[in-house]
Amino acid sequence: MASVKMPQLGESITEGTIAKWLKQPGDQVKKYEGLVEIITDKVNAEVPAPLAGILKEIKVKEGATVTVGTEIAIIEESVTATPATRPPPSKELEEVQAAFNTPDAAAPVPVVGPSSEGRTRLSPAVRALIEEHRISDAELSRIEGSGIGGRISKKDVEDFVSKRTQPATANGEQRQTAASPAAPSAPTPGTTIPLSPMRRAIATNMLKSKQTIPHAWTVAEVDMTNVVRFRQTTKDSFKLREGIDLTFVPIIVKAVVEGLKAVPMLNASWSEQGVVLHRDINIGVAVSVDDGLIVPVVHQADRMSISGLAKAIDDLAKRARAGKLGIPDVQGGTFTVNNPGTFGTILSYSIIAPPQAGILAMDAIVKRPVVVEGDAIAVRSMMNLCLSFDHRVLDGVSAARFLQGVRRWLEGFSEQVPLY
Amino acid sequence: MAVKTVIEAIREGMDEEMARDESVFLIGEDVGNRGGVFLASDGLFKKYGELRVIDSPLAESCIVGVAIGAAVNGMRPIAEIQFADFIAPAMNQIIEEAARFCYRTAGDFNLPMVIRAPWGGGVHGALYHSQSIEATFGHIPGLKVVVPGTPADAKGLLKAAVRDPDPVLYLEHKRTYRLVKGEVPDGDRVVPIGKADVKREGKDLSLIAYGLMLTYCLEAAEKLAAEGVSAEVLDLRTIKPIDQAAIIATARKTGKVLVVHEDNRFAGIAAEVMAIIMENAFDALDAPVLRLTGPDVPAMPFNHVLEEAFMPNVDKILAKARELAAY
Repeated sequence: MASVKMPQLGESITEGTIAKWLKQPGDQVKKYEGLVEIITDKVNAEVPAPLAGILKEIKVKEGATVTVGTEIAIIEESVTATPATRPPPSKELEEVQAAFNTPDAAAPVPVVGPSSEGRTRLSPAVRALIEEHRISDAELSRIEGSGIGGRISKKDVEDFVSKRTQPATANGEQRQTAASPAAPSAPTPGTTIPLSPMRRAIATNMLKSKQTIPHAWTVAEVDMTNVVRFRQTTKDSFKLREGIDLTFVPIIVKAVVEGLKAVPMLNASWSEQGVVLHRDINIGVAVSVDDGLIVPVVHQADRMSISGLAKAIDDLAKRARAGKLGIPDVQGGTFTVNNPGTFGTILSYSIIAPPQAGILAMDAIVKRPVVVEGDAIAVRSMMNLCLSFDHRVLDGVSAARFLQGVRRWLEGFSEQVPLY
Repeated sequence: MAVKTVIEAIREGMDEEMARDESVFLIGEDVGNRGGVFLASDGLFKKYGELRVIDSPLAESCIVGVAIGAAVNGMRPIAEIQFADFIAPAMNQIIEEAARFCYRTAGDFNLPMVIRAPWGGGVHGALYHSQSIEATFGHIPGLKVVVPGTPADAKGLLKAAVRDPDPVLYLEHKRTYRLVKGEVPDGDRVVPIGKADVKREGKDLSLIAYGLMLTYCLEAAEKLAAEGVSAEVLDLRTIKPIDQAAIIATARKTGKVLVVHEDNRFAGIAAEVMAIIMENAFDALDAPVLRLTGPDVPAMPFNHVLEEAFMPNVDKILAKARELAAY
């Protein structure tokens, strides 16, 4: 007998939620074969069986959250097969049946049962019910799938809804009371959206950051005209050649990398033992997803060209939106770039993702009249770069030097800057 | 109301229609003095005489051809094909003439005729006495195809077929003849062609069947109920025109459908039913639509084991339904 424990799926992760058991008690498991799917704050991971044997017992049910190290299953190291429980059918009949089933054997005999994505693949009926009853992702994650492979069936959702509607009916009654003339000023009760693991993780991290890191904030105004022109003339051929859009993000990330090279104190972490300077420059790029935000990391961004960064960021963003990021994809960031400007913001005060020392927000690029050389007024494409930094790690002067470096790099942008 | 067998119900239906309408007559091999090979017309020869119960030569094209000619001239023939397996020689008469007569004459002529044919296996009938032909004929526009599974429906649909202005292929499953008994309402009750019937209400999954498979599905539904699975059983009753609304309704209700027939799998009725569901009820589905059918082999074998392997039965339906319930 060997016990399987909730693994530590990342440095800051203390607990995990069992998403789905890929094996059931009595099943044979091979070594390294997928045993269980675990949801952590950031990503889903499949945990392999540590040894070969028979899954004896599942100790933690799907949907339950336990701390790292908790025993979640027991595997019996053995090779004995489970005894057949039903009497073998007539061998002759079985053979004939098999023979009859093969005439159109070119096409595989369909096997009922959802694929390994069982739990996440929802049938049309289930989708319709989810929409009808406005079931959130968080609620959905709490529904226990009774179908093959943990699939959530129509019945599971109906059962969930019938249980859920009981308090809702109580609310409805309250609402009626509230609407009655006797209590005209009572507010209409709202709805409580349950917290998804992601929402909870964001809340915890943001609170921790704001409570422990003394945030300082500074803004630089950057003339992006050269970059805008360059992108305008290059983007079509880039798309044709590379198959992806050339956005401003990889160019800004490149500028940030240059800035961090000039001011290594910003590529660092605070610790009681001292400021840890990071050797690699790993840039987190915030990506908004359905129910929140995720920050995948471009590792060793200092070794990449603009084109390389564009590809890496495009790949991470796509996988983030598809829910396909792995643990390494979201770990090890040393600095973060945030892009609220796509939504038209002009000044953003971002919260630092600990243990990093800074986060840079790219705000919207807008055309404005500005005074240029020779005291002339010209229409230029202007952008604000807003930096939040950990004032324990560095001071305003260094922060300003960083911003200046980024700004100079961007303003000096020309066709001589290599894309590759 | 009295409990009757399917064969009794058919006989009663023909008797009542012949009594009601003088233009109704019966033609087929051995239908006269012998009373039909399954005794469907037992006693009718004595009652109505040789002009209305006609023994034909052993020639199916003749039986159907005579019926077509009579129908054009205002009669309402019931042509019996002794076994559905023997219908092939009459194919040309049925498909090329009967099915398109109304269309070809721009509606000037109808052919009010019934072709009765005992079909299906499970009776050790082997290659030439076990075939299912509903998909073959269901494919032909201009033909109506009915497949009653209970005595009441057998009688009611026979009356509807006789009174219908167009050719109706009336398929009687020979295994149900004496196996399936049920209450048959007294009086002149007509079961409309083109209407399916929910034979058992349920909410977890739907079994769609007809003919003998209806009986098997009802038995399976009973066993499923004991396992906590509520199965609805829809009896198609008519293959053509198929009752789309009823199929869609049950698919929408349960979201899980298993279609059962003993006819070959490829391009069978199940394929059509599944297509109707996919086109009209996709958003209500909770599982892939499944089918349980006879295999794509040339014919039903005689050997007992082989016949059992060919035929869907209660155990096979149960196994498939359990898969669907667990999905």
